[in-house]
Amino acid sequence: MSDQDDDIVLSELNDEDLVAQMFDDLYDGLKEEIEEGVNILLGRDWAPYRVLTEALVGGMTIVGNDFRDGILFVPEVLLAANAMKGGMAILKPLLIATGAPRVGKMVIGTVKGDIHDIGKNLVGMMMEGAGFEIVDLGINNSVDAYLEAIDREQPDLLGMSALLTTTMPYMKVVIDTMIEKGIRDDYTILVGGAPLNEEFGKAIGADAYCRDAAVAVETAKEFMARKHNQMATNA
Amino acid sequence: MNPMPTNPLREMINSKDYILADGATGTNLFNMGLSSGDAPELWNKSAPKKIKKLYKDSVDAGSDLFLTNSFGGNRSRLNLHGEKHRAAEFSRISAEIGREVADSSGRPVIVAGSVGPTGEIMEPIGSLSYTNAVEIFHEQAEGLKAGGVDVVWVETISAANEFIAAAEAFSLANMEWCGTMSFDTAGRTMFGITAPELVDLISKIPNKPIAFGANCGVGSSDMLRTILGFSATNNDIPIIAKGNAGIPEYKNGDICYNGTPQLMGHYATLARDCGATIIGGCCGTTPKHLRVMREALDNHIPGIQPKLEAITKALGEFSSSSDGTDGNAPTRKRQNSRNRRK
Repeated sequence: MSDQDDDIVLSELNDEDLVAQMFDDLYDGLKEEIEEGVNILLGRDWAPYRVLTEALVGGMTIVGNDFRDGILFVPEVLLAANAMKGGMAILKPLLIATGAPRVGKMVIGTVKGDIHDIGKNLVGMMMEGAGFEIVDLGINNSVDAYLEAIDREQPDLLGMSALLTTTMPYMKVVIDTMIEKGIRDDYTILVGGAPLNEEFGKAIGADAYCRDAAVAVETAKEFMARKHNQMATNA
Repeated sequence: MNPMPTNPLREMINSKDYILADGATGTNLFNMGLSSGDAPELWNKSAPKKIKKLYKDSVDAGSDLFLTNSFGGNRSRLNLHGEKHRAAEFSRISAEIGREVADSSGRPVIVAGSVGPTGEIMEPIGSLSYTNAVEIFHEQAEGLKAGGVDVVWVETISAANEFIAAAEAFSLANMEWCGTMSFDTAGRTMFGITAPELVDLISKIPNKPIAFGANCGVGSSDMLRTILGFSATNNDIPIIAKGNAGIPEYKNGDICYNGTPQLMGHYATLARDCGATIIGGCCGTTPKHLRVMREALDNHIPGIQPKLEAITKALGEFSSSSDGTDGNAPTRKRQNSRNRRK
């Protein structure tokens, strides 16, 4: 490594090189550089939505893929997500002001008895990175906490996470209660967590099990596309 | 440092070729009626007979060592249940019940005080400071010590600094210890640590554990690949293998692990040939499994270290093609080259 590598001046890069550099900076979790990049692109009259999708979502997709493939691990992904959050903080008010397309809304939380929120936070951040609106209920959520939140927020998706074998069955308790109340089919339910697998997801009545944050984003997009198609057909 | 007085676990390791540990606490307590989301540690106080039975079932099945019902018994985790001030108390009781079962068994049985992760991410990525982590572990270790455990046993750890914090806490409590990490992500821990990296980490810890190794994780094949990774680089600290009985399935409203007792028996003998000294199960391992493991180990004539192919043939495929130690782990070719700033 030579010293001149440090001399990259973001504002001197053309759009294409700047976006490529931002992909790298996201990968390395460089928050200030990402904030700078976002501001430069906005200054070049990029629409906020374009900055989000081409620079941030594009970069986080690489991070997500490498997490899925065992190249990056939790610490690197948390740093990348933190850098992305820096960029998002700038974009969020602008996205609302410019009426950018809404991708979907998700209520997410770790189930009762479970303190683990690494996976859930990753999913939340990657979903935000993909343009979803996230309502994060935190850890240790009871059935009532989930029900209250979906009633209040009216999300498209409900995400539940459990990292312990002692807490994963609680997801079924939540889904069963939703069935009882007749509201199960109003929402797409995604579940995730280390001890889970696809069969478990099916057996408890979730719409899908997502093995990691990247898969969660892809699955959520798929379900949203289906929903839009259905609405178009019914209209 | 002054030499510690002789420890019962050290004595046992010196007098036996291998030690059968126990299964998992959480999944067995479920079978006894614990409901999902509840803290198993509360039962130490409210249902001590069940905890006694949990321990006794392991001992009766042939375990030489069992872990106390205190995995989530630290301040940070008990906080979820509004019981954060009772970390030391719950841990002490879990140990006292264990002591009673071990001492009335009529043979040497080790009571190991289970210490699980704090559940929080440490600085600089997360918010838990090193000092606080040490304090959390120290508080629990003192409780376990007061209850009479032979060793404290930190398990299911993913991050290096959390492992180091636990070791320091045990030193403060003047307790001998064992420690295992959980290798569940492409052969590494969630934080990316490989088996040889854990060996290296331990070489830098001043108060060495009596034994170290891996617990939980994915299936038994992955577990043995990890044990081979320890064996390749470890010098002389005994190795622990505590793998899950297969992977979880959901049947008729219950969580079942798909690993049969026979599979776990096979796993146990292979674990020994891979170089493990303390062998047990984790999630899904019941007394039924332990009995078969005991018999399999007692009848096993130690063989040569199995190759990876022999492991997959006996126990099934690995969850990832590489465990990050064979030079074949996937990498990303970087296009731009800004120096990484730390």
